[in-house]
Amino acid sequence: MAFISVFNVLGPEMIGPSSSHTAGACSIALLAQQMADSPITDVEFTLYNSFAQTYKGHGTDLALLGGVMGFSTDDRRIPNAFSIARERGISYKFIEADPDPDIHPNTVDIHITCSKGRSYTVRGESLGGGKMRISRINHIDVDFSGEYSTLIIVHYDRPGVLAHITGCLSKKNVNIAFMKLFRETKGDIAYSIIEFDGTLPEDAEAQISQNPNVQDVIFIPIQRRS
Amino acid sequence: MDFKNAQELLELCKKENCPISSIMKKRECILSETTEEAITAQMDHSLKIMRESVAAPIQSPKKSIGGLIGGEARLIDQHRRSGNSICGSVLSRAIAYSMAVLETNTSMGLIVAAPTAGSSGVLPGLLLALQEEYHLSDTVVIDALFNAGAIGYLAMRNATVAGAVGGCQAEVGVASAMAASAAVELMGGTPEQCLHAAVSVLMNFLGLVCDPIGGLVECPCQGRNAAGVAVALTGAELALSGVKQLIPFDEMLQTMYQVGKQIPPGLRETALGGCAATPTGKKLGCSICHK
Repeated sequence: MAFISVFNVLGPEMIGPSSSHTAGACSIALLAQQMADSPITDVEFTLYNSFAQTYKGHGTDLALLGGVMGFSTDDRRIPNAFSIARERGISYKFIEADPDPDIHPNTVDIHITCSKGRSYTVRGESLGGGKMRISRINHIDVDFSGEYSTLIIVHYDRPGVLAHITGCLSKKNVNIAFMKLFRETKGDIAYSIIEFDGTLPEDAEAQISQNPNVQDVIFIPIQRRS
Repeated sequence: MDFKNAQELLELCKKENCPISSIMKKRECILSETTEEAITAQMDHSLKIMRESVAAPIQSPKKSIGGLIGGEARLIDQHRRSGNSICGSVLSRAIAYSMAVLETNTSMGLIVAAPTAGSSGVLPGLLLALQEEYHLSDTVVIDALFNAGAIGYLAMRNATVAGAVGGCQAEVGVASAMAASAAVELMGGTPEQCLHAAVSVLMNFLGLVCDPIGGLVECPCQGRNAAGVAVALTGAELALSGVKQLIPFDEMLQTMYQVGKQIPPGLRETALGGCAATPTGKKLGCSICHK
């Protein structure tokens, strides 16, 4: 979202009570569950700072669990998230972390386990007004917002991988808005995060995956309606 | 078609000879590459949610999650219906409706943040009360919402609407400035009068701190939404009467932002000062965390 829309001012449409502690939390979890490759069976939320101190009074727990089940911020099922999760056989747990001034006040780590065995952790920060960012995937620091369509490519940090990825996208006429590569150690696992306008052409994921250095390709369609 | 500040907005209104809402609608169509039908339909959807969030707590009140509020809107509604209102029908309706939205919000109901969840009662409270009182169509109320959106956009772009950054003056203060401007357009005022109304509201809320008990969006937030309606209605009445404000909107917004940054952090949504730090506030705050 490159401009402030009237629907950013009068919005989000949301289940209360807090745009940061309820709606923002829901959006983080909603984005995190889109990285699952199969139905989610287990989820563990580690809450930091203000999230840890006030989550019960803000329904942050219900919003997070609802988001993991695919509910958006205006979904009236959010207040019943606990019972719905039990019906769906999803086990969930909330952990209150010790206060840490180095971590953003409204931060959550979401550890997800899927039925086919994929398991991953996403860290999100709720920035206020329903806005949020993803700041970590597994142990790699990343930075994206979900305000654009997003491709997450897990690959070995080798020469030519980025050229291969952008080549595939350019052939498909995808207009990239932002592109960042995140890595911990040279030559090891890296995450390329590409945010772009519009949607992803059907076989782009498969073409990117053809490079032997590419481990995984995850596509997250744009989150916000406006 | 975009404007960076209120001065440019007024110039566009003059050039096109149209109200603030028309400029905001054109801007939205161009920047989001969509049609007027689409954005009107979306705003109509928002209006429906607003109306529902007003009605539900008056029909069947619920306690908030934190247990600090619930049932207030119904009391005010009954008071008005009994013929005992001392502030008249418009204001009595508007304060009841604004408080109702906060009750919906704090019991995990569906609301439209306007511009935030904690200040979501002021705009629907005032506009829906005016609509009922003066039998106005949804079409003009939707236009008024676009007008409010223009004021809120300027606050988000050039200042802040976050209580953690600028205190309650940035949340309820801005929400009330939006409502005042929208009410002026709704009742036939000019774009200049809309901005005069918004200025008077920002001026009257200057310095208001954000001090929620237990860190929850319940008390004093609910009462401040009602107060916001009263200040907005006053500002709109002044402007529609022809009273002008000395300070231009852009300067008033900047000073609101500067004052906000000067508010001590303990009084900016941290629940460490103000109402939250009174002995009673502390006791109530703690009973919530141990629930």
